[in-house]
Amino acid sequence: MITLEGLSKRYGATTVVDNVSLQVERNSITAIVGTSGSGKSTLLRMINRLVEPSAGRVLLEGTDTTLEPAYLLRRRIGYVIQGYGLFPHRTVAENIATVPRLLGWSDSRIRARVEELLRVFQLDPEAYARALPYQLSGGQQQRVGVARALAAEPAVLLMDEPFGALDPIIRAKAQEDLLDIQRRFGTTIVLVTHDMDEAFRLGHQVAVMSQGRLLQYDRPAVLLTRPADPLVSRMTGIADRALKLLSLTTAGEVALAGRCEGPAVAATASLREVLSELVWHGASAASVIGEDGEPRGHLTVAAILAHGRP
Amino acid sequence: MSLATLVRLAALGLLLAFLLSPQSFAPWFAPLAPSGAPPIYDQGNLLHLAAAQLATVCCAAAASTLVAVALGILVTRPSGAQFLPLSRTLVNIGQTFPPVAVLAVTVPLVGFGERPTLIALFAYGLLPIFENTLTGLKTCPPAVLEAASGMGMSARQRLLAVELPLAMPLILAGIRLSLVINVGTATIGSTVAAKGLGEVIIAGLLSNNTAFILQGGLLTGLMAILLYDSLAALERRVCRTVRLD
Repeated sequence: MITLEGLSKRYGATTVVDNVSLQVERNSITAIVGTSGSGKSTLLRMINRLVEPSAGRVLLEGTDTTLEPAYLLRRRIGYVIQGYGLFPHRTVAENIATVPRLLGWSDSRIRARVEELLRVFQLDPEAYARALPYQLSGGQQQRVGVARALAAEPAVLLMDEPFGALDPIIRAKAQEDLLDIQRRFGTTIVLVTHDMDEAFRLGHQVAVMSQGRLLQYDRPAVLLTRPADPLVSRMTGIADRALKLLSLTTAGEVALAGRCEGPAVAATASLREVLSELVWHGASAASVIGEDGEPRGHLTVAAILAHGRP
Repeated sequence: MSLATLVRLAALGLLLAFLLSPQSFAPWFAPLAPSGAPPIYDQGNLLHLAAAQLATVCCAAAASTLVAVALGILVTRPSGAQFLPLSRTLVNIGQTFPPVAVLAVTVPLVGFGERPTLIALFAYGLLPIFENTLTGLKTCPPAVLEAASGMGMSARQRLLAVELPLAMPLILAGIRLSLVINVGTATIGSTVAAKGLGEVIIAGLLSNNTAFILQGGLLTGLMAILLYDSLAALERRVCRTVRLD
């Protein structure tokens, strides 16, 4: 659990982060969203003390982070940045091994961990362990960046616009992978983005920032249905808020009992996708199919629409 | 074998042949020597002179490298940034002061021989190494530095494991430049009795023997070219591993 207490950062007369308090639950993904200059990156960088707060403090599992030297703290916290910052003179394997080496792991343990991570991130160790970063595609570099951050099994992973440089298709895949990784390792992730859709897609909780202040910190659905500030609804978007709300719920979660005729949809599909299917097929109901191929119930247009408003 | 390698080997062969058996080149230089005068320098061993000159240059370059790289590191640290203008001025003075003037100033202080030459070459060689170190360290990609700190490297670990390796191609280029300039400059050391091929050139000037002047210059030039070339090859090897894209 990460607790931010009254965090502020001032540079001279400018206040970049203004008295932000929030709590990040263990094993969750928190997305910090804001326009550029909203102080979101500074807030993130105060968690691993790349920026020292002017006021307030950060607690990691209840312990003040200033109690140990900053560089030791950072070895326990994964960190991924936009552009990834891979060491260009080191191979992929050496890049991933950075923090384990700093921590003094044995060679055999490092080798095993690097291999495991390469496999998790779908990079064949044979082909990629000895490659240099410039030989990788953007998507591969991004994966190596995340693998490097996770190498020493940190409980917390901080990510600053980690998908910013990827094209839409690779980005969607990378976001999917991140959700998998998070489930697999149970890492607590704090992610900074300027993309509200990305925040909604990944964040269990979303923190909306503007001009250094925290406007709202809540579940995505609450940001849509009960925005705390006009700026929040402006950033989440008003025109398609019903569709956004629908995209936060999966068919499996709200399927009605019983069967029906109509197109089959996966239980993992969002209500927005189900609705789109119904519109496409001109049907009024869809049957929901689980991953095992067994029917899970059905959904009608009326039932779906009811989930699209507060 | 490529043409470049052939030219390199030919240059090296020529240099070694001249140094090991200077007399076999006598027929070539005879037309340039005044009648009755020896066509090949005979008041000292050319091989020893060349070796002495190379040693002087290398010692001076080692000292320049040590000081310039250390200064470059110092002024790129947050705590040393205020010394940047001062360091730059000092290093620039070393370059603007002509080595001859440095010799004139230092001889009364440290006497004749190798020492004034070493001092002059040391001062003259600082600038390229310092400026290249500075550029190399300052142009490390910010994302890479941020990642290094974010991973938990201490300032020292970051310098040794990331910044210096990334700056290495440029630092080496600075050392190469400094070395090559100084191979030529070192010949003036012979005016204050430092051992070197300058002795041959000065002997030629004093006795009006163009053959001496030419062979002294030729050997110095060959040394500089070969040194430049082999250091450039070393740099390319380093660049292959330190690839910045």
